[in-house]
Amino acid sequence: MSAADAVARAHRDEWARVVASLAKRFGDLDLAEESAAEAFATAVERWPADGVPPNPGAWLTMTANRKAIDRIRRENKRDDKHREALVLSDDEPHEPLGAIDDDRLRLIFTCCHPALAMESRVALTLRLVGGLTMPEIARAFLVQESAMGQRITRAKAKIKAAGIPFRVPSAEDLPERVSGVLAVLFLVFNEGYLASGPDTDPVRDDLTAEAIRLTRLIRALLPEDGEVAGMLALMLLIEARRPARVSASGELVTLDEQDRGAWNESLIAEGHRLVRERLATGAAPGRYQLLAAINAVHTSARDIRDTDWSQVVALYDQLVRLDPSPVVALNRAIAVAEVDGPDLALTQVDRLADALAEYHAFHATRADLLRRLGRSAEAREEYGRAIELAGNTAEAAHLARRRDQLRG
Amino acid sequence: MQYLISVIDEGQAAAAGSDYSATPEEDAAIDEFNARLQAEGYWVFAGGLGGPDAATTIDGRGASVVMTDGPFVETKEFLAGFWIIEAPDLDVALKLAAEGSKACNRKIEVRPFQ
Repeated sequence: MSAADAVARAHRDEWARVVASLAKRFGDLDLAEESAAEAFATAVERWPADGVPPNPGAWLTMTANRKAIDRIRRENKRDDKHREALVLSDDEPHEPLGAIDDDRLRLIFTCCHPALAMESRVALTLRLVGGLTMPEIARAFLVQESAMGQRITRAKAKIKAAGIPFRVPSAEDLPERVSGVLAVLFLVFNEGYLASGPDTDPVRDDLTAEAIRLTRLIRALLPEDGEVAGMLALMLLIEARRPARVSASGELVTLDEQDRGAWNESLIAEGHRLVRERLATGAAPGRYQLLAAINAVHTSARDIRDTDWSQVVALYDQLVRLDPSPVVALNRAIAVAEVDGPDLALTQVDRLADALAEYHAFHATRADLLRRLGRSAEAREEYGRAIELAGNTAEAAHLARRRDQLRG
Repeated sequence: MQYLISVIDEGQAAAAGSDYSATPEEDAAIDEFNARLQAEGYWVFAGGLGGPDAATTIDGRGASVVMTDGPFVETKEFLAGFWIIEAPDLDVALKLAAEGSKACNRKIEVRPFQ
């Protein structure tokens, strides 16, 4: 392995650990981030000449620690004395945390704290845990680099000023806080899976890969958590279909038209294994476990006609009980159309009109059901509405083709 | 750290037929919450405020002091009262604020002191 590869690999494997251990020691995310970045820059310089150290992670942590101490001395601020004390001693009592005593987990919970705006949580998590650069994150969310920099700076300032703790939440708060972390990762994944910009690629595999990598990390840190396992399974089973999801001409290919031979077998196998593992525990499944199970049913069918739709509807029934939102009801209706026919499904979809008037998938679903019922004129109108609201270019292309196929 | 917990009235007092004060039930719940803050060592200070119509805005920066009848900004929402608490971090402050919000039946803003 070349020195450059070794740095890239260490960056992937050790970045979060280095930032987290500095954040813990110095109580300052800014300092932790900058010193970690400096340590990696030093590795880029030194490793080709001096050779890759036997323990890259330890080398980076030690170098980053030195950089942080240099920085504190250089800054020579009024609060120097306080910081100097931190530099000299690390005698803070370490609260017992059992199996999940890992600084990276503290870092994740801090970045995904509910007192921060969602967009700040996403940006902070990608920067401090994922190690993405500011320009990479700005590009991912189509905002100016300066605006993204400001967002991250403000979030770090709020963490410091408001006293957001660097801590794993108490057992009592853990489920809710974990679900907050998963929401951040799912947002990153979805932005990759269904990129929303007019000028971006319809699928951003850099973002889906990053979301999966971070979810794997959280799974390694919280192996007993069912929803974390469910989220990982869900992402893997969606990611597995990516090769079949956009046609050569850049059009979205829906599940019923996908070339199932192009699906990624090993991701499907891993996703199915996770779903089975969760089922075997006998514990009541949460939202992400149910979504993963639904995707497991889809990916078990080698042909769309083999899909066990009644199983899909049954899983959606469970999901509706946990999450009675109109979007879940809409997805349930799509499965109902396969079991009980488009007529009944349309009745159910129509009930959601008020809540989902601005949601492109509502109109796309309605259009599809109307088309299947032979109500072409209404279907055409609904496709038009869906195209107007669709943010994803490949999806808009797919809807336009469906509309143009309509006769009469 | 110390936090200011501001109580925001969005018409609750008016709906209860009062200009600005809390109902007897709300007062009782607030008393109970205050007792808990004191017993557990979070308490610094707290108070309920008179209504915005009792406010006077003053600008003393010029040659003569300018007084205006009323609050500095006219809104339907107004600051009805506040707590100042001492808490180790925001998580603890937010938890207490959620209980305070329930007790006084109003929305609450949590802000750290500098």
